[in-house]
Amino acid sequence: MGNTAREAVLECTYLGPVLSTNSDAVIAVTGAPVEVKVNGEPRQQWSRLLLKAGDQLSFGVIQGGTRYYIAVQGGIDVPEVLGSRSTYSLGAIGGYNGRKLEAGDVVPVGAPLNGGKLPRPDTVPEEFLPVYAKEQEVRIVLGLYDHRLTEEGLGNLLNEEWKVTPVADRMGLRYSGPGVKWKEREQPFGAGSDPSNIVDAGYAVGSIQIPGGTQPIILHRDAVSGGGYAMVGTVISADMDLVARAAPGTATRFAAVSLDDALEARRDLAERRNKAWGALGASR
Amino acid sequence: MTTEAAVLPGARYTWGGDEFLFVEVSEAMSLPANFKVMSIAGRLSDAGLPGIVDICPANASLLVRFDPDVLPPEQLGTAVRDIERDLASHQERALETRIVEVPVWYEDPFTAEVAQRFREGFHQEPEGSDIDYAAKVNHLKDAAEFIQRHHEQPWLVSMVGFVAGLPFLFQLVDHDKQLEVPKYLSPRTDTPKLTVGHGGCFGCIYSVRGAGGYQMFGVAAAPIFDPDQALADFKDFMVFFRPGDIVKFKPVTEAEYNEIQAEISAGTFRYRQAPVTFELSQALADPEGYNRELMEALNGI
Repeated sequence: MGNTAREAVLECTYLGPVLSTNSDAVIAVTGAPVEVKVNGEPRQQWSRLLLKAGDQLSFGVIQGGTRYYIAVQGGIDVPEVLGSRSTYSLGAIGGYNGRKLEAGDVVPVGAPLNGGKLPRPDTVPEEFLPVYAKEQEVRIVLGLYDHRLTEEGLGNLLNEEWKVTPVADRMGLRYSGPGVKWKEREQPFGAGSDPSNIVDAGYAVGSIQIPGGTQPIILHRDAVSGGGYAMVGTVISADMDLVARAAPGTATRFAAVSLDDALEARRDLAERRNKAWGALGASR
Repeated sequence: MTTEAAVLPGARYTWGGDEFLFVEVSEAMSLPANFKVMSIAGRLSDAGLPGIVDICPANASLLVRFDPDVLPPEQLGTAVRDIERDLASHQERALETRIVEVPVWYEDPFTAEVAQRFREGFHQEPEGSDIDYAAKVNHLKDAAEFIQRHHEQPWLVSMVGFVAGLPFLFQLVDHDKQLEVPKYLSPRTDTPKLTVGHGGCFGCIYSVRGAGGYQMFGVAAAPIFDPDQALADFKDFMVFFRPGDIVKFKPVTEAEYNEIQAEISAGTFRYRQAPVTFELSQALADPEGYNRELMEALNGI
């Protein structure tokens, strides 16, 4: 639809809205598999859709994954806050009045780019579609406070299977599994009494903390920015979207990779994204 | 404060995936550790390396977010190590900062109501109040003595984070006078906005309503996070506190609290504040004597 990566989209977590448009519009629905309906008629996902003024967009039941996305030509035109149009609901800033949309909201749409001229391709080629699997391998770089785990604890983290619990959102995902053991020690001043406690520190996005040694939590992009739980490693940047697609019940294995491996995976993902943009006749 | 705390070993460097460098200056909290963190953060910020996305000084560690496509990890690591090495011989001993008076309604009804909802299974002593418990574990006579200890000596903002604009506070007193209180056994799902809390050796002010595990003693009377930037203190930025700020709590009554609410509604409220130079060596040598000097800066403002 001629947008760039700067044009905001709507994110729908499990459930989507019913939307009607008051003018002709060009849209596309991507992300997790879901039935897309215009005036009740099924339409294709990952493809350009042309809506007439008064058309109604609605959705069926999500078929896997966690979130699907509605893009509109010109982008969702909410004001930028701190350089972003995204919603940070915990701080009640950004997006649409700092909150998720509610029935009755009127969402502003920006002017089409390139005078509304549409690129020729109208569908994302299948090879670029993300995979929505019930099993995932998530690559992590060990570090931060992994030396505080016992050998057995680290073994459990890397060799056992972990399942995404229902406690999973944009802030973080909690996993159930065999648990881990932290080394006993006399705690440093100010750290708190549990061996999984540290003097409050900054949290890396994607870092994995295991409070009390029970359930690992991957901090995702809206996570708190710091706190007092030791982190044992960090999901590589190339796998953060994979983690975001994990629905409750997803069986997960954590694979330790080197920093060099992480950088290579990052380059591969960037190349793949560039090819996807290219296949759509667009540039980021 | 203990003199051995002033001598810190070299920092520990470790990667948080491919976008974060974590520098642990010390496992334990201390004023010299926090000072070193702030010194490294300041120098790194001044260096203006392209590819640095964010520099997050924390209590005794530093988190740096970077773009590895622009700044290779080894290059960042070397830059920070060079700064640390240079500081070992030229450690900054003074901090240009400000002292701010923060009015607090201790033992307020808002935190009391929330605390009532999180007792059994959440709190160490479900039958008592958070502040009674804090007094007890610090071997103080009663809540009143705890409150006095809490506000009579100032605190240093040693970190800003967790949620938008939340200051972590480290009291500027000798090690053996630090107030230490365990966090809740299990975190609450609710905490009133502006709750003055405490966990481990750290005080905090919750900038927004939400989850939290710190003990609750009162509410700050005025906002510390203002996305609309309506009040004069938020003209430059929506977050009030910066690492290095010095905070003096001032107890207020319900009537005074209500007067402040009226000033906030009218848009006229301003924090009492004054610029100060904070000298590490003086703070370590005679904390309470030096604090008196710092607090004098607020006189007549």
